Amino acid sequence: MRKILVGMSTCGMSAGAKDTYAKLESLLPEDSPHELTITGCIGMCFREPLVEIREGGTRTIYGDVDPKRAEEIFEKHIQGGREIPEYVIYKVEDDKPVGGQELAFLAGQERIVLRNCGLINPESIEDYEDRGGYQATRKAIEEMAPEQIIEEMKTSGLRGRGGAGFPTGLKWSFAAGYSGEAKYVVCNADEGDPGAFMDRSVLEGDPHAVLEGMIICARAIGGTHGYIYCRAEYPLAIHRLQLAIEAARERGYLGRNIMGTDFDFDISIKQGAGAFVCGEETALFASIEGERGMPRIRPPFPAESGVFGQPTNNNNVETYANVPWIINNGGQAYRSYGTEKSPGTKVFALAGKIAKGGLAEVPMGMTIEEILFGIGGGIKDGREFKAVQMGGPSGGCIPAELKHTPVDFENIPKTGAIMGSGGMVVMDDTTCMVDMARFFLTFTQEESCGKCTFCRIGTLRMLEILERITRGEGQPGDVEALTELGGRIKEASLCGLGQTAPNPVLSTIRYYMDEFKAHIEDHSCPAGNCPALVDFIIDPQKCTGCSICAKNCPVDAISGTLKHPFVIDTEACVQCGKCITSCSFDAIFKTGKKVAAR
Amino acid sequence: MVSTDFSYRLWRHDGTPGELIPLLQSAQEHFGYIPRRAIRYISEVTKTPESKIYGVITFYSQFRLQPMGKNVIRLCTGTACHVANSGVLLDTLQDELGVEVGGTTEDGVFTLFSVACIGCCSLAPVMMVNDDTQGKLTPARTRKIVRKIRRQTLASERQAQATSDAETAPAAD
Repeated sequence: MRKILVGMSTCGMSAGAKDTYAKLESLLPEDSPHELTITGCIGMCFREPLVEIREGGTRTIYGDVDPKRAEEIFEKHIQGGREIPEYVIYKVEDDKPVGGQELAFLAGQERIVLRNCGLINPESIEDYEDRGGYQATRKAIEEMAPEQIIEEMKTSGLRGRGGAGFPTGLKWSFAAGYSGEAKYVVCNADEGDPGAFMDRSVLEGDPHAVLEGMIICARAIGGTHGYIYCRAEYPLAIHRLQLAIEAARERGYLGRNIMGTDFDFDISIKQGAGAFVCGEETALFASIEGERGMPRIRPPFPAESGVFGQPTNNNNVETYANVPWIINNGGQAYRSYGTEKSPGTKVFALAGKIAKGGLAEVPMGMTIEEILFGIGGGIKDGREFKAVQMGGPSGGCIPAELKHTPVDFENIPKTGAIMGSGGMVVMDDTTCMVDMARFFLTFTQEESCGKCTFCRIGTLRMLEILERITRGEGQPGDVEALTELGGRIKEASLCGLGQTAPNPVLSTIRYYMDEFKAHIEDHSCPAGNCPALVDFIIDPQKCTGCSICAKNCPVDAISGTLKHPFVIDTEACVQCGKCITSCSFDAIFKTGKKVAAR
Repeated sequence: MVSTDFSYRLWRHDGTPGELIPLLQSAQEHFGYIPRRAIRYISEVTKTPESKIYGVITFYSQFRLQPMGKNVIRLCTGTACHVANSGVLLDTLQDELGVEVGGTTEDGVFTLFSVACIGCCSLAPVMMVNDDTQGKLTPARTRKIVRKIRRQTLASERQAQATSDAETAPAAD
């Protein structure tokens, strides 16, 4: 009997996994001895859709499986038992990776959080239990006192994976120290950083691991009810969580008298309604309470007064997913990964101009270069590595010169970026850093809740300056004004959003002053990106001479003869971009002015 | 599983705190947007002033006070998509549809939104049309997709119209 697993998480489905699944389902006769099922994301987004054939201890993973390829795999491998080596991207025998085209991507990883992702059917609690699921809960309830659980968490040295890196064991001990009518265990699943999707993959691929982490936390701190605050933009994650909660209730892991003890605990899901600031814990609590999601002053800290004014512990998805592993294997075992001050592993979402975009879980302390080039396969299309953005709108850009920086809670902040939740967006030489700074500020400016004046108005003023610079209307003194405003906003904002909003701008000023100068003084964009500062050019190879661009040009700067390549008069062009968006053949592109002159 | 049906939720509301946002979400699911009367119902059962409900609605980007088009386009403008030139796609969509972000076309076929990251970064730039994600877009491909959906939507509307006409006047085929 062969087990066929199709990777069905959001990334897989958007690459066409539904069609692949439907194809295999239609091919498989009803009385077939083989079993077709689904699984979560294994992290190789760049080769989706993925199909795995499992037979005994051998797992063969095929990449880029469209329905046509699925048919071939069905005939040759599933029915014929013959592997198709040219499609195999990863092969495992008895838990040891043995080959496949993408061996390097997975071989360098240590999977603790993602231990079950891509291996089990996330909609089946039996699959999870077969992989040792809920044993940690049993151990925590039957063999450990609450203080012992907290001690074990302290030993592990696990630090919050949401970005701030606060020691989890310590946080739990605070919450354990307060009492109230109720005590809440909150899971922050409001993954809002653009460019980060690891929490989504965990929720979609291994929802029970998160539930288990929350149950153990509740046991340790005396929690009475749990909330998972999940983005409404993640419908599949919410669906799978809902299924997982129901299954856990049926099995007696949630509800009253858990495992025959007097321990009662249940979890409900709260859907976020779209506000980035709700990633900040006090704003998240306000949102759970049904209010506008605006942060409040601390102290009192959540451990004393959180949701509905009751003691509350809040961790993010990845943090909770680590907990069952730590309880099962011990805090010391967890410490054997990573560095002294940042123990364990971290999941990173690799995106942007990287050859192999996806999810990678690596021990803390690996260098940026090892992650991007060793695992991520380097830069897309063989271009030049310029920078990596970490920490989303709260973080900063780390330039290529610093690629030997170890990725952990000590070294990343020294570069001006932050660990953040783990998004790594890679930029190559075609990315304009001034434009990136403007991009992040557009985001934070829109998402500012408006409570603190500096965050509300200061970010807008900074954005106006940056917009002016990218239009080629920069003035002397602009950079100084940005730096000053940035410093003030950081000082005078209440929550993490405002305190970090200027980071992307300040870090780009720090490393890419020459690009700011080029925009302000020379009115040019070295990366050839900012529309007002570049030339528009028609690729004669792609142009069919259809004349659509010429008809759309508001200043008649495009001319030519029908059925022959057209040309743009760069002197007359006003860089409105109409021609690019109207071309049916993607034949028009932007180029830096210097390149054009050559 | 707890029903998310709007009237059911209204009916069973027992004063549990924190129910305002789930109620608004089910209202939006039911009506496609949050109409004035839904705000009135919610205000009555939760004993919350309408002004406060309005404040919550306008705070969160998920809630709409206007009906939406038959197809909803969500263009991703997250970091990875931005680096992959999603800005040009936004111009293309605004030009093709003749609406700004948040707007609905005159024929009611499309509503255009931009979203920050739908988590398909390796397929950037992407957009979601209703529940389908379309990846690796270019301006030309984007226009093609939009035009195809507009044709399909209008054709099915015409067909529905024809069927109802045929029912009223069977001879006028």
